[in-house]
Amino acid sequence: MPDLVKVGMADYKVGRAPDILISYGLGSCIGISLYDPQTKIGGLLHIMLPDSSKSRSNENRAKFADTGIKDMLQELISMGAVKSRLVAKLAGGAQMFAFANASDIMRVGLRNAAASKEILASLSIPVVGEDTGGNYGRTVQIDLANGVYKVKTIDKGDKEI
Amino acid sequence: MSDDIASLSPVQMDALREIGNVGAGNSATALSQIINRRIDMDVPRVSIVPLEEVPELVGGPDTMVVGVFLRVYGKAPSNILFLLPRDSAFYLVDMLMGKKHGDTQKLDFMDESALMEIGNILSGAYLNALFNFTNISLLPSIPALAMDMAGAILSVVLVQLGQMGDHALVIETEFKTEDDGIKGHFFLVPDPGSLEIILQAVGV
Repeated sequence: MPDLVKVGMADYKVGRAPDILISYGLGSCIGISLYDPQTKIGGLLHIMLPDSSKSRSNENRAKFADTGIKDMLQELISMGAVKSRLVAKLAGGAQMFAFANASDIMRVGLRNAAASKEILASLSIPVVGEDTGGNYGRTVQIDLANGVYKVKTIDKGDKEI
Repeated sequence: MSDDIASLSPVQMDALREIGNVGAGNSATALSQIINRRIDMDVPRVSIVPLEEVPELVGGPDTMVVGVFLRVYGKAPSNILFLLPRDSAFYLVDMLMGKKHGDTQKLDFMDESALMEIGNILSGAYLNALFNFTNISLLPSIPALAMDMAGAILSVVLVQLGQMGDHALVIETEFKTEDDGIKGHFFLVPDPGSLEIILQAVGV
């Protein structure tokens, strides 16, 4: 039986097949998975904010795209994943409430997605699947047996990326 | 500075609870008059919760809820979030629109507008009470509505707090109609700097 491992907000979990890593109810947050298809080692990170250097509170490194991705990457490598084989998928980054004069913080979903991709690019990790934006919540999970990343929504259907 | 809310004294917590009590009492009266039912209200919970645990207060991050969100402007900027489980929201719409219990199965434009107006009235009543108590005048933005997973909706306020710390100060009240058909959670989430201003105004 595969273990279903819950990943909370501002946290990440790593594991190997047959674990399934799941994170519930993402709004503007992003669920970023890294996966090594050969060793079937992978991780799922649930970030809230794009950039740790712009925040007054950055002790929890998994809260931010920049520090969270780097920490999870290190942990995967120490488990035996090979960086050059890693592929990334990401989903989330919605804007839940539409305001006419949306401030920066309301558009944090967009910035989260952009920052995540920028950091992955700087680490030369290819993004092979993406489902970001919109105005609806997502529950995301990655199956470490095959790397399939599932996105579930309330009324926008489910998909695999 | 980040997690100064963790060091609130019991007296300060009591003051915040009283603010929640007066505010929510006023809101409950308003709601009761609109739908013409008695509304029971719990003693407000004032809690300091790690950000990731806030969705648990309403049944977990994947619970289906309707949320009405208002930004509060003024000397003590805050956020207001009025959350209803989906079935409660549908029942409330039945009452507001003069339909039979169970008629509403999804929200159309009019239903959403009615729920946003409820959020508006409740927030107005709440902030009015807060003003009487603290003499801080606060104005709500126009309301916005979303029906989705609780975690996704709550993330809107949590992200703002996440820039400053890892905890949320939540003043939360649960409303219930007598028949338990409608339950709602009213959250007042002060911005990090606002808490100090509110506490100073009540002199604790």
